[in-house]
Amino acid sequence: MESRRNPRAVVDPKVRQVGFFTSSQPDSSSTQQQQQQTDPIPASASSPPVSTISPSGNSLSPVMIPPPRLNSSDTFPLRGAAAGASSAVSPSSFSYSNRRDFPDGSTTASPGRHSRGSFVKSSTPVASSLPGIGMDSMAAAKSSSVPASGLTTVSVATMPPGLAEKASGMEVQSDQKKNSKPLKEKTTKAERRAIQEAQRAAKAAAKADGGKVPPGTSASVASTSVKVAKPAKPSTQKNEVSVAAGVTEKKGGPSEKDRKKDAPHPRMQYDDESRVVKAKRRAVVKQTEAKNRVELFRHLPQYEHGTQLPDLETKFFQLDPMHPAVYKVGLQYLSGDISGGNARCIAMLQAFQEVVKDYSTPPEKNLNRDMTAKISSYVSFLIECRPLSISMGNAIRFVKNRIAKLPITLSESEAKAALQSDIERFINDKIIGADMVIVKHAVTKIRDGDVLLTYGSPTAVEMILLHAHELKKKFRVLVVDSRPKLEGQLLLRRLIKRGISCTYTHINAISYIMHEVTKVFLGASSVLSNGTVYSRVGTACVAMVASAFRVPVLVCCEAYKFHERVQLDSICSNELGDPNAISKVHGREDINYLDGLTNNANLQFLNLMYDATPSDYISMIITDYGMVPPTSVPVIVREYQKEHLLV
Amino acid sequence: MPDVQSMVAEFVNKLRKRKIEGSQATAKCTVELLRSVISHQRVPHANQAAALIDAVKAVGQQLVAANPVELAVGNVVRRVLHIIREEDLSLTTAAMAGLDLLDASDDDDIDNCKGIGYPAMSAAVVAAAARSTLRPPSLQTLLEGTPESATVPYTSSSGADSESKTADKSSLTRKLKHDVIEGVNQLIHEISGCHEQIAEQAIEHIHQNEVILTLGSSRTVLEFLCAAKEKKRSFRVFVAEGAPRYQGHLLAKELVARGLQTTVITDSAVFAMISRVNMVIIGAHAVMANGGVIGPVGVNMAALAAKKHAVPFVVLAGSHKLCPLYPHNPEVLLNELRSPSELLDFGEFSDCLDFGAGSGSLQVVNPTFDYVPPNLVSLFITDTGGHNPSYMYRLIADYYSADDLVM
Repeated sequence: MESRRNPRAVVDPKVRQVGFFTSSQPDSSSTQQQQQQTDPIPASASSPPVSTISPSGNSLSPVMIPPPRLNSSDTFPLRGAAAGASSAVSPSSFSYSNRRDFPDGSTTASPGRHSRGSFVKSSTPVASSLPGIGMDSMAAAKSSSVPASGLTTVSVATMPPGLAEKASGMEVQSDQKKNSKPLKEKTTKAERRAIQEAQRAAKAAAKADGGKVPPGTSASVASTSVKVAKPAKPSTQKNEVSVAAGVTEKKGGPSEKDRKKDAPHPRMQYDDESRVVKAKRRAVVKQTEAKNRVELFRHLPQYEHGTQLPDLETKFFQLDPMHPAVYKVGLQYLSGDISGGNARCIAMLQAFQEVVKDYSTPPEKNLNRDMTAKISSYVSFLIECRPLSISMGNAIRFVKNRIAKLPITLSESEAKAALQSDIERFINDKIIGADMVIVKHAVTKIRDGDVLLTYGSPTAVEMILLHAHELKKKFRVLVVDSRPKLEGQLLLRRLIKRGISCTYTHINAISYIMHEVTKVFLGASSVLSNGTVYSRVGTACVAMVASAFRVPVLVCCEAYKFHERVQLDSICSNELGDPNAISKVHGREDINYLDGLTNNANLQFLNLMYDATPSDYISMIITDYGMVPPTSVPVIVREYQKEHLLV
Repeated sequence: MPDVQSMVAEFVNKLRKRKIEGSQATAKCTVELLRSVISHQRVPHANQAAALIDAVKAVGQQLVAANPVELAVGNVVRRVLHIIREEDLSLTTAAMAGLDLLDASDDDDIDNCKGIGYPAMSAAVVAAAARSTLRPPSLQTLLEGTPESATVPYTSSSGADSESKTADKSSLTRKLKHDVIEGVNQLIHEISGCHEQIAEQAIEHIHQNEVILTLGSSRTVLEFLCAAKEKKRSFRVFVAEGAPRYQGHLLAKELVARGLQTTVITDSAVFAMISRVNMVIIGAHAVMANGGVIGPVGVNMAALAAKKHAVPFVVLAGSHKLCPLYPHNPEVLLNELRSPSELLDFGEFSDCLDFGAGSGSLQVVNPTFDYVPPNLVSLFITDTGGHNPSYMYRLIADYYSADDLVM
């Protein structure tokens, strides 16, 4: 590995511009990485140990009050088109400077030059130490038989990791562009083995050097297991691929796949007969299809409710593929004991923690792959119990990504500990911490004399109201509720117990009470990237009436619930609840008009669970990254989604 | 007479206790009561129309005060007053025509030096008034430029008339009362037949495979939809259940019984579903003179959603629901709050309501009606056809006389 210390004299000043998208604080990030190794839960470390992904070198702790935009503009490198373009270009600039090392790289010399020229204009000189290091690693690459992975291995050892990751990541990509295909063909099993050996050696060497740990050792793993780490590929690479298409024509393969994986999966459509049959064969939960279904919603699953629960309960002790913790959570979903986005998500993550704790790699299997498969099977079980919420989808994505990115060098127990702590951190930072930040923000919007309206029983809003009450703010709360869940009654009870004056009404009366309202606080199940708020059914009505009465609508939603999917209506993707809940009115025996009609072919009951609120009704979305207009949602999704995966 | 009094008292009681639900039922009861009031009213020889009007007004005021929110009562009282005035007028006109003929044949000279001639003046007034109220304005009358004196109150004319015509007084009296009762009977017929009249138009508005959203339970809507169904149109109806009274359940039950494809949705899903709905059809509780609608609670929400998605919002209203008043703050002033027990079980919340230290207060709001401003309404379908909201004031002028607007 001495080759990595080969002095590279190529200090092209223009190459420095690459620093534009790396973090400007190499020292801190390097220490962070040390922490990551020693202490698996660095408080706010988000610098990724995996080098192929470059976005947020050292992002903020998610609990922090959103940073001033100015500040963050250099911390989060991929902010806007200019950055994207430059990142797409930069690899070729590297390749240009190093082309002597790679004979086949020389062909790209002129595009590299061109692009670099354009790049220089759009970038600012930030990191100065980078180029040399980058060259360093290039040289190292030369020494190893497979440059792509060798690069990453070596680069980490000496350079400030925050930077190194970026640099090496880019180089890997640029290399891949030029010679990945031949390399792929060349690398035999033995060679890959050799690479891994080399990595271990590098790691050992680095440890010996100064206790510095190369998290990048996993890079090669990552690059080989890219297919497993499905949602992780950041847009950087996508852009690169597309921009430098001329160069990459021959390559294509894996990154194309990645791009496909990047796009949100199409959901299961339940009007597709063959797929439904297939899914049924796999299913653990034998749900009986509801008979009398609404034509418009054939594409959504609708089952007879309450029929399968006892059966599943008896199976509790005889299910070997299912982990009991997951099984328990699934049953709780099914019975409705756990509801509410955050509660469901936390329950699921905690079950996964249990799974990880009890996990042991089967012989002749790879921990990463086997555990991903396990988690996938658990997830499909949970889906059978109740369709996933978008926030849960994000959390699962996070967990799978973490598993995929586990350094292969870690022992099983280390890996398990790392995973558990990752999940723990997700719960603490992204859910609980985020709520606290939201409360802190939202409370500033409550003034004395306000009349606040809320709908349903959103946890974040409840915390806000209670906190504002603790701050001795004088306000009144209007709790609007709707059938069939009547969750507002629970909220009402809790608020009254705490001494807050409340008015209770049902959603039909919303126009009547909206006159006196000064602000509307709503919760959300998810915020989609076109600004649509996907939430408990009725939220759209409330928001619509509020905006008709010129009352500001504030939506409180943790950023982990944001999703890049877009949706225009509430029909295409939704969840159907128990239709019988509509025909029976709880506590009102006099309302029994529909008794005995439930099996009439002409009569259907539609119990929608969610609806999509158009963004024009929403004044502001309060998230853990601050208070933003709905138009800024895609920005948050773009900037922070990657970070979620990397936390 | 005393039995009329007791009938009125009984009806007032019913109204006050909200025993009578639905504007059609209320309207019908009111008309029938007024008919018996009129038939029992002893009419003086002179000025019998005024006496009838006074009697009806007196009863009407009681009824309206008993339930000021049920606008149909006031509407019907005004309709009856209008009938009385109209019958009186037509009788007068007929009488005047006879008088005129007499005048013209007998004293030509007086007629020549007219202008001050009392009967001639009176006849002109009556003719003008009759023209303006009874007949549609023809091009000729427009050109003639009817004199402003047409607005002279016709109590004077009828007074003059009764003075001048003492000969067949008794027959005239009987005739007026008879005509009025005849007119009231017609009104009753019209009120009970308004469903059919409206339903006849259904076929023009509902097409094949339509998806219709409705809320609340309205007999008019039911008949309307069923009429389209009977004409072999197949369509789908979404019914919002209309918590906390769940009248939607009632409507759904009847629709299903008549074989319509019905889907019950929660009120909260109205916005979610409206994008797939072709038309919103609701029955009004009352239609105001500006074209605004008072309907079952939740209607404004549906109207806003329909507006947002450019879905036609159609209001069905029998003519007895046309109210000649302009609404002021109708959400509050023309509304009614029902029992909180429909929303909250008192037993469940009694422990929260001790209002002791550290415990907040609880209010429950449960309004009955909702006001839809005219700009959200696409079309009114009444028993006389379809109308724009902006045309409502004109329809109302057909049904009520301006003197009765304030009772």
